[in-house]
Amino acid sequence: MCVPLYPEGKLQKFRPGVPGPEFLVNTKGKFSMNSIIANRKSKSLVEKTAEIIFTVCAFFAVLAVLSITVYMFLNGTPALVKVGITDILFGTVWKPASADPSYGILFVILTSIVGTTLAILLGVPIGVLTAVFLAETAPKSIARLVKPAIELLAGIPSVIYGLLGILLLCPAMYKLEQKIFAGSQTHQFTGGANLISAVIVLAIMILPTVINISESALRSIPVSLKAASLAMGASKIQTIFKVLIPAAKSGIVTAIVLGVGRAIGEAMAISLVSGSSVNTPLPFNSVRFLTTAIVSEMGYAADLHRQVLFTIGLVLFVFIMIINLTLTRILKGGAKND
Amino acid sequence: MTNSIYQKKFRLSDHILSSLINISALFSIVLLIGIMGYVFIRGIPRISLQFLTTVPSTIRGTFGIAGNILNTLYIILITLLIATPLGVGSAIYLNEYAKPGKAVRLIEFTTETLSGIPSIIFGLFGMVFFGSPSGPFGMLSRLLFGKAVGLGYSILTGALTLTLMVLPLITRNTQEALKTVPSTYRSGALGIGATKWYMIRTILLPSAMPGIITGIILAIGRIVGESAALLFTAGSGFLLPRTAAGFFKKIFESGGTLTIQLYLSMSKAQYDAAFGIAAVLLIIVLGINFLTKILSGKFDVSKRD
Repeated sequence: MCVPLYPEGKLQKFRPGVPGPEFLVNTKGKFSMNSIIANRKSKSLVEKTAEIIFTVCAFFAVLAVLSITVYMFLNGTPALVKVGITDILFGTVWKPASADPSYGILFVILTSIVGTTLAILLGVPIGVLTAVFLAETAPKSIARLVKPAIELLAGIPSVIYGLLGILLLCPAMYKLEQKIFAGSQTHQFTGGANLISAVIVLAIMILPTVINISESALRSIPVSLKAASLAMGASKIQTIFKVLIPAAKSGIVTAIVLGVGRAIGEAMAISLVSGSSVNTPLPFNSVRFLTTAIVSEMGYAADLHRQVLFTIGLVLFVFIMIINLTLTRILKGGAKND
Repeated sequence: MTNSIYQKKFRLSDHILSSLINISALFSIVLLIGIMGYVFIRGIPRISLQFLTTVPSTIRGTFGIAGNILNTLYIILITLLIATPLGVGSAIYLNEYAKPGKAVRLIEFTTETLSGIPSIIFGLFGMVFFGSPSGPFGMLSRLLFGKAVGLGYSILTGALTLTLMVLPLITRNTQEALKTVPSTYRSGALGIGATKWYMIRTILLPSAMPGIITGIILAIGRIVGESAALLFTAGSGFLLPRTAAGFFKKIFESGGTLTIQLYLSMSKAQYDAAFGIAAVLLIIVLGINFLTKILSGKFDVSKRD
C-alpha cells in the first residue's frame, strides 16, 4: 500500500538534480527507519559538503598565486630600500662579498634580456619552419614519426641539456674563442662558458614549445584559405609564406611569448654553460643571468646579499607576470577574431 | 615560351624557402636523435646493479643512486597525494559547479599564471614559505610548540613546493577530460534520480579517468625533471635511511632527487656518474611519453566501445 510521504500541502518543490520520489512503498504500513526523508537530508548535506570542498580546491590556485606574489614582494623589497632602487637596478658593479659591497644588477638584467632575445631570434625561425614542415610539406609517414620525437624533446629534463652543453658546446666554443682572440691582450678567456653557449642551449630548449604551438596554429587554419590561394595560381611555398603563416599569426605570437617565458625562467640548464661572472652581455663574455645568479649564489649568500638575490627573483617575477599578462591579452584577442 | 602554362615557372625564392624548411626540420630531428644517442652511448655502460642499489661512499668506494631514487619516489608520492585531489576537485568545480563569471575567470587566470611561473621562483617561494622559520609554518610551530621551526631543507618542503607547480597540469588535464564527457551522460544520470555528487562520483570521474591519469603521469614527468625548484627546498641528501623509523623520518630530512644529483655531479665534473643518471632519467621520460601516448588514445569517452 502506498503511504504519502509528505503531509498534504507540504509537498516539496521539485528541484532539478535532486531525486524526488513522492511516495514510499511500505508493506508494514508504517515508516521504516530508512525513511527517505532522513536519507534526503543527509544526502543534501553530502551534496553541500561536496560543493564546498570543490570550491575550496578551485580557489587554492588563487591562494597560491596570491601568496607567491606577496612573499616575492615581501622578500624582494627590503634590499631595494636598504641599498636604494637606482643603486641596485642601474648599478653595474656586482661585488656582494667584498669589504665595501656593491649590488648593481643592471648587467644581470641586461644579460637575461639580451640572452632571451638572441635565443628567440635563433629558435623561433627554426621552430616555425619545422612546424611548417610538419603541418604542410612533410609526407604523412614522416610527420607521424617526427611529431612524437619533438614532444619527447620537450620532456627531457633541462639539466641534461646543460650537461650536453658543458661537454659538447663549451669545448667547441673554447676553440672558436682561441682562434678569434688569439692575439688579444684584454680578453678574458672563459673556457667556452659564455653568452653564445647559453643562448644556443636556450634556443634548443624553446624549440619544442615553438614547434608544437605553431604547428597546431597552422593546422587550425580553414582549408578554404589554402585552397583559394592555390586555385589563384600561387605556388605551395607562396601559399605557406603569404597566406598560411600570416593567418596563423596569433598562434605563432603565442608560441613566441611562451618561448620567452621559458627562456627567461630557465636556470639549471644554463647555470654551468653561461660562465660565472657578472659582465656586459657580449657574445664571448662569461655572463650571469637573473636565474643563474640566484642558483649559484643562494647557497652561500647571507644577510643583505641574500636579500638582493631575492630582489633579483622579484625582477624575474615581474618580467614573468608581464609576459603572462601579454599572453592572456593575445589569447583574448585571438578568441575575439575567431 | 616562358608564358607557357605547361611549364612551371621557376621561382628561386620557392626553392630557397623550401630547402630552408627542410633544413630546419632536419636540424630539429638530428638534434633530438643526437641528444638521445649521445646520452645513451655514454650513460648506458654506467648503469649496473651496483649503480642502482648503492649510495655514494668513499669507504666502500662505491657510487650509486639508490638514495636519490628513493627520494624521487618520496617526492612523487607526497606531491601527488596532495596535488591530485586539489587539481581534480578544482577541475570539477570549474566544469560542473561554477557559473561563468568573475570567479571562474579569476581561477582560470591564476591557474594559467601558476603554470607560467619559472621553477626557480617556486624554489625561492618554497624556501621562505615552507622552509624558513619565519614563514607560516614557522609561525604555526611557534603557536603549537612555542618554538619557530620551519620545515627546512626537507623532502616535505620540496613536495609542497612542487604541489603548486604540478597543480595546473592536473587541473587542466582533468578539465579537458571532463569536457569530452557527453552531456547526455550527465542528464541521463540526473534524470534517473542520481544526485549531483553521486553522478560525478559514478559517471563523470570514471569516464574522465584516462585524462586524470594522463595529468598525473605528466606531473610525474615534471617532478622527475625538476631541479631548480628542489635545490633550495628539498636539498641534496643522498643516503638511505638505516632503520624502519628512518623511512618515516626521511620526509623531514633533506633529500635530493635524481635530477639534483645529476646537477651536483656535473658541477663537480663527475661526468661519468652524470651520464649514468642522465640515461636513467631519459629512460623514465621515454616510459612516461609512451604511457601518455597509450592513454591519450583512450581519452575521448564518446569514441570508446
